[in-house]
Amino acid sequence: MYIVVVGGGRLGYHLTKALLGEGHEVLIVEKSATICQNVNDEMGSICVRGDGCEAATLAEVGTGRADMLVAVTGDDEDNLVACQVAKHKFSVPRTIARIRNPQNEILFKKLGIDVTVSATDIILEAIEEEVPTHPLTHLLDIRDTGQEIVEIKIPPESSTIGKSVRQLSLPKESKLALVIRKEGKNRVPTSNTVIQAGDRIIALTTPESEEALRMALRGA
Amino acid sequence: MKVVIMGCGRVGAQLAAQLESDGHTVTVLDNNAYSFRRLPPDFSGTALLGNGLDEEALKKAGIEEADAFFVLTQGDNRNVMAAQIAKHIFNVPRVICRIYDPLRQELYQTLGLEAISPTTIFAQILREKLEG
Repeated sequence: MYIVVVGGGRLGYHLTKALLGEGHEVLIVEKSATICQNVNDEMGSICVRGDGCEAATLAEVGTGRADMLVAVTGDDEDNLVACQVAKHKFSVPRTIARIRNPQNEILFKKLGIDVTVSATDIILEAIEEEVPTHPLTHLLDIRDTGQEIVEIKIPPESSTIGKSVRQLSLPKESKLALVIRKEGKNRVPTSNTVIQAGDRIIALTTPESEEALRMALRGA
Repeated sequence: MKVVIMGCGRVGAQLAAQLESDGHTVTVLDNNAYSFRRLPPDFSGTALLGNGLDEEALKKAGIEEADAFFVLTQGDNRNVMAAQIAKHIFNVPRVICRIYDPLRQELYQTLGLEAISPTTIFAQILREKLEG
């Protein structure tokens, strides 16, 4: 695949390295002459100096034949414009934008950017997972469905311990997928499965019914 | 009409003053309070400190009830993004933005934004001057 990367900062640099390693043809467009020089000194001439939001620059690097454009500058607005120019001027089939403000995801999707990656969200989730008392951890977003996979830990003081799944009022958008127990006694929950202290329950849910699911599984 | 102007530079401030004297309700948004010095001393509209790429700031500026939104910051990409937020998220009936780069202006015009390139217009005026 031919991939154009806009932004040669730390993210663009490591992304390019990884993509080259997978055998893709990659080109970086970067505004700063110094960054360009450093990248080219290390990896050979793969960095072109220019503004990746400008149609002229993108034409120069052959965006017309690119299979994908990835915009990873530090500014959401620049990433948006680079992707839109690629999409509408050069008909690039797939555009990916880095976003800093998670709020922008909705706008970018609406405007036809194929994929958005929010570093803020990813870091937040990673840290959440490491907080031992955090009742609900996001494991995975199921793209474009509005659903997500979460993990809920059952602490010893939960009022639901000893109850079977049938007795819980689970929100209808939620499905329990797996109960993880110590010593590998994992099981796929049925309506007869009894909640035990220390259970880690993996469930499919929606962001809106997260709270209801947590309440149903752990008690108020 | 209710009008929101993003960017209180020379153009933004002058437009705000003119629209106000035309009888419109004007709110000016800028992320630097120092820019508001450009507004006339008798300006009675609202000057609001905030980032126009932030939906919360736009809501505070009354974007949800606005009849028109002018985007006049120095950055083309900021303008493009703010204009699209206003148009596609808040459904503002009239969104007009400045894009210095003529190529970008052309592209966004075809994508349905009301975009004006001062570069193109000014060059045209200069050319006409010479031709007399």
